[in-house]
Amino acid sequence: MLALVSPALLVILLLIVLPVGWLAWQSIYHDGFTLENYRRVFTEDIYWRSFALTFEISLAVTLIALLLGYPVAYLANSLPKGWSILILALVVLPFWTSVLVRAYAWLALLQRSGVINQFLRYLDVISEPLALVHNTFGTVVATVHILLPFMVLPLYATMQKIPGDLMQAGASLGASPSLTFVRVFLPLSLPGVLAGCTMVFVLCLGFYITPELLGGGRTVMVSMLVSRNVELYNQFGAASAVAVVLLASVLAIFFVVSRFISLDRVLGQK
Amino acid sequence: MMRASPARIALYVISALVLIYLILPVLIIAPISFSSARFLTFPPPSFSLRWYQQYFANPAWMQATRVTLTVAFLTVLIATPFGVAAAYAISQSKLRIMRVIHMALLLPLVVPIIITAVGIFFVYAKVGLVATMPGLVLANVMLGLPYVVISVLAGLQSFDPAQEMVARSLGMNRLRSFFAVTLPQIKSSVVAGGIFAFISAMDETIVALFISGGQYQPLTKRMFTALRDEIDPTIAAISTLMTVASFMLVLLASARQKGR
Repeated sequence: MLALVSPALLVILLLIVLPVGWLAWQSIYHDGFTLENYRRVFTEDIYWRSFALTFEISLAVTLIALLLGYPVAYLANSLPKGWSILILALVVLPFWTSVLVRAYAWLALLQRSGVINQFLRYLDVISEPLALVHNTFGTVVATVHILLPFMVLPLYATMQKIPGDLMQAGASLGASPSLTFVRVFLPLSLPGVLAGCTMVFVLCLGFYITPELLGGGRTVMVSMLVSRNVELYNQFGAASAVAVVLLASVLAIFFVVSRFISLDRVLGQK
Repeated sequence: MMRASPARIALYVISALVLIYLILPVLIIAPISFSSARFLTFPPPSFSLRWYQQYFANPAWMQATRVTLTVAFLTVLIATPFGVAAAYAISQSKLRIMRVIHMALLLPLVVPIIITAVGIFFVYAKVGLVATMPGLVLANVMLGLPYVVISVLAGLQSFDPAQEMVARSLGMNRLRSFFAVTLPQIKSSVVAGGIFAFISAMDETIVALFISGGQYQPLTKRMFTALRDEIDPTIAAISTLMTVASFMLVLLASARQKGR
């Protein structure tokens, strides 16, 4: 049996375990042991700002995705089967379009001469085109778009398991629909909220393509810091240290979340 | 049912808006790709195939397309047997270490892709695999493995291993009983896993940005560079083709998964 897993395991060991190990080593070793790279990451302004910005954006994206995703999952759950399948299909549809294609689409929609600005000018709502892209706003709009399915799917899966009788019981005991929702449905859907939020937050922490293409160079997220240190500045040690801190954050989040819900639940949706 | 309550109406309206937000960007690319305008204008002034012509007439785009398709096919060819073997072993073996191995095989989904990309770049730089075809294929095999493993494990869950035991007690060896009894029954999840690995290799961008170069650059890398420099509707044409291709593959995969 071990012989059967060994080809796959070998690929994983050589192409992800070894490279990540290499990064960790490179972050602490340069002509001898050094913590210089980590000192820079934690004290220098650019690094610090980038980490703070990345966490802020990830937090904002997660909250927006939750606010947008919860009603959709709730509606899909409450409708008859045919309708809920249609809604879920629409949610998953963009999921299977390349991230690059969607970045292109958002550029087409949001840029100065883009569809939305043209439309708003046609309606005479604005006289000057709005700056919708090449800034944090554009990054957030496109990132939420890409990550929303990761929120809706676990929410829907959790809501499906909530027995409808409980809501009826609540109603029969005299609670209003909104009270039954707040006291019964919402608490029972929390594992799905946690699973969805974890996935969206963690994926957002490492996002690269969208902020690079839609951020306009001003929204420097951690992943861009890594790539710039490698490609532009040849600062391999610094890049490695940033990567290690990012990975440690992701693993720490997974670890904390795993105390509350099973990790399969989080990863199973991907 | 609390049919027309204001809360219910709000729920419908919000959900409809969110769904429009989700699908509008997917739908907007096709009209742009068939427009004659040099810049993005909407609605398009007139219908034209010029961006498709530019794509098919450009040797650089064609070379990139060949690289993408070759990488995706080779990835499926390697990742599928590796993943099937691993999933089979994980589901059959009672060894403790298998749980650890199972988790290890899902690592590509957990580690942020930018970290994987930079790490592979450093390792490849040492062994001379940067800007090579084998390097590109190997990286995509690693990234595609989890999809095969997850899909096949799901297929194996509904398979009764006793059937294979029967075949073996009747004198077949393990390998033959696997191919004669087990594989036909999990075939759909194997195919689905392979298709997901293909799509993953076709769409992969970030690792390619770091490790590919010269004549071995996949479409996604050239698209990324083109998008960063200027917005050319040729990309809308390529995007439309890519989207149609991956939708057809997904439909095929899900038809497979349902039709067992």
